[in-house]
Amino acid sequence: MVLNNDIIEKLLEKYENGETSLKEEQQLKNYFSQETVAPHLEMYKPMFDYFLGNQQEQFTKDVPLKTKKVINYKWISAAAVAVLMLGFYLKSNTNNDLGTYQDPEIAYNEVTKSLEMISKTFNKGTSTVGYLEEYDKGASTLGYLNEVENATNIIFKTNQ
Amino acid sequence: MTQKEFLNIVMPFKDKVFRLAKRLLISTEEAEDATQEVLLKLWNNKEKMEGYKNVEAFSMTMTKNFCFDKLKSKQAQNLKIVHNNYEDANTSLQKQVEVNDSVNWVARIIEGLPEQQRVIIQLRDVEEYDLDEIADMLNMNNTAVRVNLSRARKAIREKLTNTHNYGIK
Repeated sequence: MVLNNDIIEKLLEKYENGETSLKEEQQLKNYFSQETVAPHLEMYKPMFDYFLGNQQEQFTKDVPLKTKKVINYKWISAAAVAVLMLGFYLKSNTNNDLGTYQDPEIAYNEVTKSLEMISKTFNKGTSTVGYLEEYDKGASTLGYLNEVENATNIIFKTNQ
Repeated sequence: MTQKEFLNIVMPFKDKVFRLAKRLLISTEEAEDATQEVLLKLWNNKEKMEGYKNVEAFSMTMTKNFCFDKLKSKQAQNLKIVHNNYEDANTSLQKQVEVNDSVNWVARIIEGLPEQQRVIIQLRDVEEYDLDEIADMLNMNNTAVRVNLSRARKAIREKLTNTHNYGIK
C-alpha cells in the first residue's frame, strides 16, 4: 500500500460526504487495518476495524424447514370429506327403500297376514308352556311319600 | 424447489440478514428469532421466490420491515423502559469487560443513531452494497440514501473524535 496521507485525507472527506465508491472505501478499510496509522487519523481506525469485524458475525441457529405437514393436512381433510360424502350417500340409499305399499287393500292384506303369523307363533309358544302342568303332577305325587313316612312313624311307635 | 436448492440460494446472505436484524434489534437472541422468521417466510413462499429477480435484496427489505415492526410493537408495549431485558447477558458482560475498547464504542455510537441511518450504515459500510441497491431495498431514492449515509458517517466520526480526545487529555 503506497497511499500517502494526502490521498487518505481526501478519501475520508469524500467518504463523509457519501461520495466514495465501494472500491475507494475498500482502500480506506485496508489502510486503517494496518497496525499504525497517521496519529491525526487515529480516531477513524476503530470505525473501520468495527466494520470489518462485524462482517465476520454469523448466524448459527438452525432453521426448521417443514412443509410436508401442510400438504398432509390438505389431503387428510379431503379424504375426510370424501368419507363423509360416501357415508351420507350410502345412508340415503338404504333409507329410501322401506318396502311401503301404495295400494291400501294390499297393505291391509299384508298386515293381517303378518298379524296372523304373529298369533300363530305366539300360540305355539303358549302350548309349550302346557308342559309345566306335568311338573305340578310330579310334585303332587311326591305327597305320597308323606303317607309312607306316617306309616313308618306308627310302626316305630308300636315298637317302643 | 427442494430444501437443498432453497438453502443454496439462502446460505450466502443469511448472515447479512442476521447482522441487519442485530443492528436494529441489538439483542442477539432477538436477531436470531427475526432471521429465523424471515427465512421461514421465504421458505413458505418459495414458489413465488423464483419470480423475484433479486432474492437477496428482497430478503433484506423483508428483514428491515420485520425489525421495524418489531421495534414499533415494542414501543407500543412500553418495553423501552426496561431496555436491558433484550440485551442478552453475553454481550453486556463482554461490554463491561471491554468498556474501554474503542471498537466497542463504535457499536454503541451506531446504536445511538436513528434507525434509518443504522440500516444504511450496516448495508453500506459492513455489507458493502451499491448505493442503488440500498435505495432499492429501502424504497428510497439514491440521493436520500447518500444524505443519510453522510450524516451517519459524520455523526460516528464526531463522537469518535470526542472520545478519542478524552483518551488523550
